[in-house]
Amino acid sequence: MSDTYLGMPSFPQAAKASTKDTRLRANLTHATRTIRDKRARAVAELDDWAQLREAGKRIKDQTLRHLDDYLVQLEQQVTAAGGTVHWAADAAEANRIVADLVKATGETEVVKVKSMATQEIELNEALAAEGITAYETDLAELIVQLGDDRPSHILVPAIHRNRGEVRDIFTEKMGEWGRPAPEGLGDSPAELAEAARLHLREKFLRAKVGISGANFMVAETGTLVVVESEGNGRMCLTLPETLISVVGIEKVVPTWRDLEVFLQLLPRSSTAERMNPYTSLWTGTSDGDGPRDFHLVLLDNGRTDTLADEVGRQALRCIRCSACLNVCPVYERAGGHAYGSVYPGPIGAILTPQLRGTASAIDASLPFASTLCGACYEVCPVAIDIPEVLVHLREQVAEQGGPGHRAEHAVVRAGTWLLDHPAALGAVVRLAAKTRKLHPKRLPIAVARAWTDSRDLPRLPQAPFRDWWKKNRP
Amino acid sequence: MRVALFPTCVNDAIHPRTGQAVVALLERLGVEVDFPAAQTCCGQPQYNTGYRRATEPLVHRMADAFAGYDHVVTPSGSCTAMVRDNYPRIGARARAEGRGDGLAKAAESLVPRVLELTEFLVDVLKVTDVGAYYPHRVTYHPSCHGLRMLGLGDRPRRLLEAVEGLELVELPGAEECCGFGGTFAVKNPDVSAAMGADKVSNALSTGAEVLCGADNSCLLHIGGTLRRADAPMRTVHLAEILACTRADPTGADWGAPRARGTA
Repeated sequence: MSDTYLGMPSFPQAAKASTKDTRLRANLTHATRTIRDKRARAVAELDDWAQLREAGKRIKDQTLRHLDDYLVQLEQQVTAAGGTVHWAADAAEANRIVADLVKATGETEVVKVKSMATQEIELNEALAAEGITAYETDLAELIVQLGDDRPSHILVPAIHRNRGEVRDIFTEKMGEWGRPAPEGLGDSPAELAEAARLHLREKFLRAKVGISGANFMVAETGTLVVVESEGNGRMCLTLPETLISVVGIEKVVPTWRDLEVFLQLLPRSSTAERMNPYTSLWTGTSDGDGPRDFHLVLLDNGRTDTLADEVGRQALRCIRCSACLNVCPVYERAGGHAYGSVYPGPIGAILTPQLRGTASAIDASLPFASTLCGACYEVCPVAIDIPEVLVHLREQVAEQGGPGHRAEHAVVRAGTWLLDHPAALGAVVRLAAKTRKLHPKRLPIAVARAWTDSRDLPRLPQAPFRDWWKKNRP
Repeated sequence: MRVALFPTCVNDAIHPRTGQAVVALLERLGVEVDFPAAQTCCGQPQYNTGYRRATEPLVHRMADAFAGYDHVVTPSGSCTAMVRDNYPRIGARARAEGRGDGLAKAAESLVPRVLELTEFLVDVLKVTDVGAYYPHRVTYHPSCHGLRMLGLGDRPRRLLEAVEGLELVELPGAEECCGFGGTFAVKNPDVSAAMGADKVSNALSTGAEVLCGADNSCLLHIGGTLRRADAPMRTVHLAEILACTRADPTGADWGAPRARGTA
C-alpha cells in the first residue's frame, strides 16, 4: 500500500475522537445493525451454510497452496482470449502500468468500477499526478470522491454519512466534477439516486477507458467476475473501448464450478441478498461486443509475504464481504477511518499490518484493535480465524519491541516469574488485600488511569481465596 | 466424585467469594473439591497480548498442578477457552519451532479435563436445578468466550431458570462484547469505555437488580462502569447465585469450615 495513510495516529488515538462523535456513532450503529440483522436472516435461509462456508474455505486454501500454478494458467487463458496480462510487485509498479496504458489511449479521463485493489494502491491519486481524472461510479464511492473524503467501510464506503450529509455533498460538489445536482435537491433516497444517475450517465457515455477490479478470476478460462448491486459497474465494463482490471493475485479460483460456492457466500454475507443484482463476467475480448482492448494487472503488493506466514495467510481467503465489520463492536464505535487503511474493521486489522508491515504507529496498533470477542470469526463466510491471526500479529509487534512494548515485556517477564512461584504470588496478593483500605479509587499512572478514567477499580477482598481455603479446608 | 477447582487468578486475588461459592455449590451437590495450591494463572493475559513464550511455563504449571484429576472445574469461560483453544496452539508452535514435544503433551493431557462450571454441572453432574434460592430480578450477560469459543449455549440460562425465586429478564444486545477484552481495556480505553457504557445502558433498561455473568473479568469492567455511574444494579457471578439457598440466601455461611467429604 502506498503511504497516504502513513503518519496516521495509532488506532487508540484515532478512536478517541470518533467514539465521541455522536453523529458518526449514530450513523454507524444504525447502518451496521440494519445490515447485520438482514444478513443473519439471509444466512438462516440456507440449511447448508456451514458446508458452504467449509467449501469456500477449502477452495481458497487449496488455491493458495498452488497459487503459482493457477496464476500461470490464468495468464495463459487471458492471453489466449485476447487480453494482456501485466504483473505488478507493488503499488508503484501497478500505478505505473495503469497510467502508461491510459496514456497510450490518448485519453485523460477514465470511469471506475468500485474496486478495493485500486484504492489499496491509491490509483486515483497516481493517475491525477499524470493528468488523468478517474471518476468513481459506484454510488457510495461517488459520495466519498465528491466529499474529498476517505472510505470507511469495504462495501459501503460512505457508511459514515447520512442522507442529509449526502444531499449537501451532492449540492455543493457535483458541479465541480460534471453535471451539477438538480436545483432544490431533497434527501430522499429516490432523489439522491436520480441525481447520481444523471451525473454518472454523462460519464458512462463519454468514457473510452474503464478501470475495474474483480471479485474473482477463473483460472481455467481466464474469466473475470464482478458482482454488484447498482449496475454502474457493468456500464464501465461494457461501454468503454479499453478495459483495465487491477486484481490481487489471491482472487483467483481454479474453476467455474467454484463460483457456485462463492456466488452464494458473498451476496448473503455482504448485502444480505440471495443473489447480487448484477453479475458481470468477461473473458478477454470479442469483436463487436464490449471493450476491444483488455488488460489485466495482477497485483502482489505484500500478498506473497502474507502467503509465507503459516498463521497469517488465512487472511488471503477474504472475499471482501465486510460481514466482519458489520458485527464488530469495536468498528461500530471507532468508525472505519480510525483503522488508517482502505481495509477497516477486523479484516483490516489483520490484512493491513500483513500487507504493509508493522513499522508505523498505526500498523503496529491495529492487531490490538480488538477485544477478541470472536464475532468476526463467527460470521466470516470463509472461516478466517481473525482472533487467532490478531494474537499472532500481536506477538510480532511485541517482539519487534516498538513504543511501549519493551517496558511491557519487562512487566510480563516479572509477572510470569511471579505466576510461576505461587508462594511469592500469594504474598503479593495478600499484601494487596491487607493494604486495601489505602488504595485510591483513581490512579495517577497512565496504564491505571486508562482504567479509572471511566471505571471504578474493584474493591479488594479481605483475603485471597487461597488463604480462605487454607483456613477452612485444612 | 473428586474434582480440582481452578478458581482463576482473578478470582483468587479479587473475587474469592466466587471460588467459595463454587466450593459451597459443588459440596452441596455431593462433589469433593480440591484446591491444588501449585496453580496460579492460565496465562491468558500474556498470550492474548502477544507474549506467547511467557505463557509456556504456565502451561506446564497448569498441567502439573492438575495432574491426576478427572475434572478441573473453573468458574470462567475465558480461562477455559484459553486452555482448550490456545494450549494446543502453544504446544504445536513450540514443536514447530523445534523445541520438542513436552509442551504439546502437557497441553494434550490437560485440555480434555478442564470444564467451565456450567459445563460441569449440566454435562457431567447432569443437573440444572441445583436447589438454589435467589429472590431477585436478574439479567444475564453471556461473555464472548463462553458464548462463541466454548459454545455454552443455553446451559447458564437453564441453570438460572431453575433457581427458586429468580426472575430472569432478557438483556438487549446480550451477545455483544462488553468491551473488556483483557489488556484491550487499557490499550484502547476509549472504545472499551464506549462499549461498556452501551452494555450498562442496555442492562439498566431491563430494570434488573443484578447483572449476572460467568466471567468475573467482564463483570469487573461492567461493575466498575456501573459503580462509576452510581447505577442501581450490581454484578454477581453465576456461581454465587447458584450457591445461595433458602437456608443461606446471602451466602453468609460459605466461609464456614467444613469437614472434608461430609457434604
